[in-house]
Amino acid sequence: MNIKENIKTLVIKKPLKLDCGKTINNFPLAYETYGSLNKNKDNAILVFHALTGDQFVTGINPVTKKDGWWSYAVGPNKSIDTNKYFVICANVIGGCMGSFGPSHKNPDTNKIYGTDFPVITINDMVNAQVNLLDHFEIKKLFSVVGGSMGGMQVLQFISNYPDKASTVVPIACTSSHSAQNIAFNELGRQAIASDHNWSDGKYLSNNTLPDKGLSVARMAAHITYLSKKGLQEKFGRKLQERDALKFGFDADFQIESYLRYQGSVFVDRFDANSYLYITRAMDYFDLVKQFDGNLSNAFKKTKAKFFVISFTSDWLYPTQENKDIVIALNAIGADVGFVEIKSDKGHDSFLLDVPDFLKTLKNFLDKSYIER
Amino acid sequence: MKTEYKIIVDLIEEKTRVLDVGCDDGTLMESLKKNKNVDARGIEISKDKVQTCVSKGLTVIEGNAELDLKQFPNDSFDYVVLGQTLQAFVNPEIVIKELLRVGRKAIITIPNFGHWKVRLNLLIKGTMPITESLPNDWYNTPNIHMCTIKDFVKFSKIINFKIFKSLALTNKNISNINNSNLFYKNLFAELGIFLIEK
Repeated sequence: MNIKENIKTLVIKKPLKLDCGKTINNFPLAYETYGSLNKNKDNAILVFHALTGDQFVTGINPVTKKDGWWSYAVGPNKSIDTNKYFVICANVIGGCMGSFGPSHKNPDTNKIYGTDFPVITINDMVNAQVNLLDHFEIKKLFSVVGGSMGGMQVLQFISNYPDKASTVVPIACTSSHSAQNIAFNELGRQAIASDHNWSDGKYLSNNTLPDKGLSVARMAAHITYLSKKGLQEKFGRKLQERDALKFGFDADFQIESYLRYQGSVFVDRFDANSYLYITRAMDYFDLVKQFDGNLSNAFKKTKAKFFVISFTSDWLYPTQENKDIVIALNAIGADVGFVEIKSDKGHDSFLLDVPDFLKTLKNFLDKSYIER
Repeated sequence: MKTEYKIIVDLIEEKTRVLDVGCDDGTLMESLKKNKNVDARGIEISKDKVQTCVSKGLTVIEGNAELDLKQFPNDSFDYVVLGQTLQAFVNPEIVIKELLRVGRKAIITIPNFGHWKVRLNLLIKGTMPITESLPNDWYNTPNIHMCTIKDFVKFSKIINFKIFKSLALTNKNISNINNSNLFYKNLFAELGIFLIEK
């Protein structure tokens, strides 16, 4: 992964002590911004991306030349209205869109880190990103927003920095990665590790790529982002450019072809080692344990206004796990709203054109902005 | 705004914490925020209505009172409001006890099944009563535990809670209910409004 010219990078000089015990400094954090910061510097929203996202939230991603991952929700007059708000998003550390990650060179050895890169956590990610506030001289963000792993970062952020955001919007996420979540992530990691080209993570030095493994990891994960009903309605048992079954192992069904395509396009934009590191960070996420079994304590110090959103067909981060966050907040009398949006689009609902979701998110932000 | 809501707003003191259970489209919460400067929260079971409340800038959680009141600690609100839904719960006793655990006081309104029109309806037609405040047929009504004003007063003694204030709403007129006029109020009031305590 080359650092492209159109990637903005902040070099963080301040040492950051990681949860694994290692300390990093002088490391790059790649970010992008949309809209403009107002005079009072109180219209900033920090958006956190999910597992395979990056800092290019909306518009055309200058590296992949495709739409930004949250183009439905972020932009002029959209839910996160860039005419009104200053949107900041950073590539997570451990990622592969310019931020300090396993495809970077270790200055001590002059070799690409690979699996020598320190294991990072959600906590490390937000502790790196909080430096962006100093960079833009923002005392308090108007909001922190994110779905899936982005939602986990939202929760960790407000727990670490209780007075650095006025509103908090965790979407389709959890406060503690479940056994099922870990199981799916492990499946992905094993798919990568079992690709010979992976070479214990040293593939970049060997000029090979574990495309097959990464693509299988993506295929498996992609299924978890959709719902059974959504898959059935979109694909059913429809055949792929053929009239009958071929009695072989080619992609007979459209769903097979679709998954293979999803896998193949993913390897062009994502680094296999980053996939290992970021899924690991998600698995290690357990905000409940961080607060000795009482999630409420994670939010005790903040006066922020929370709005939790889940989706009916999301079985990866189901409503109950989102509701546990609401329950923990209500237990301490925090200001929390909650809605479960009806959608057949599974976990991916938050990334897609789901009008009820987009409208509700906009209403919450815009009303809170007026009342702030 | 409905007279019922106006009465509830009058009953609630300024700058208190209020939970509106079954807050509908948030009309009452809005009025409480505006007129009494309260910190208002709502629970609502309908997704559409929760979204309407969000569009009004109200703090509402989507949920079911029977399951979701549990998450609130004891005495976390000064008032808990339950408007015309007590009769729809599987176990009204548990609901009332939960309201009074979560709130120091509760305001409960009930459509009066003892109203003369309801009685006449059943007496003359011999079918389940359908009136303005009870518009559903027996087979599609959410109301599974209808009661009269008299029943509610009796219930307060059975499950042991104090009725602090009881009001009757008759043709948009408000009047007090007491022991001596209970028979008449139970016959002529469309709605009973009760401020209760443990």
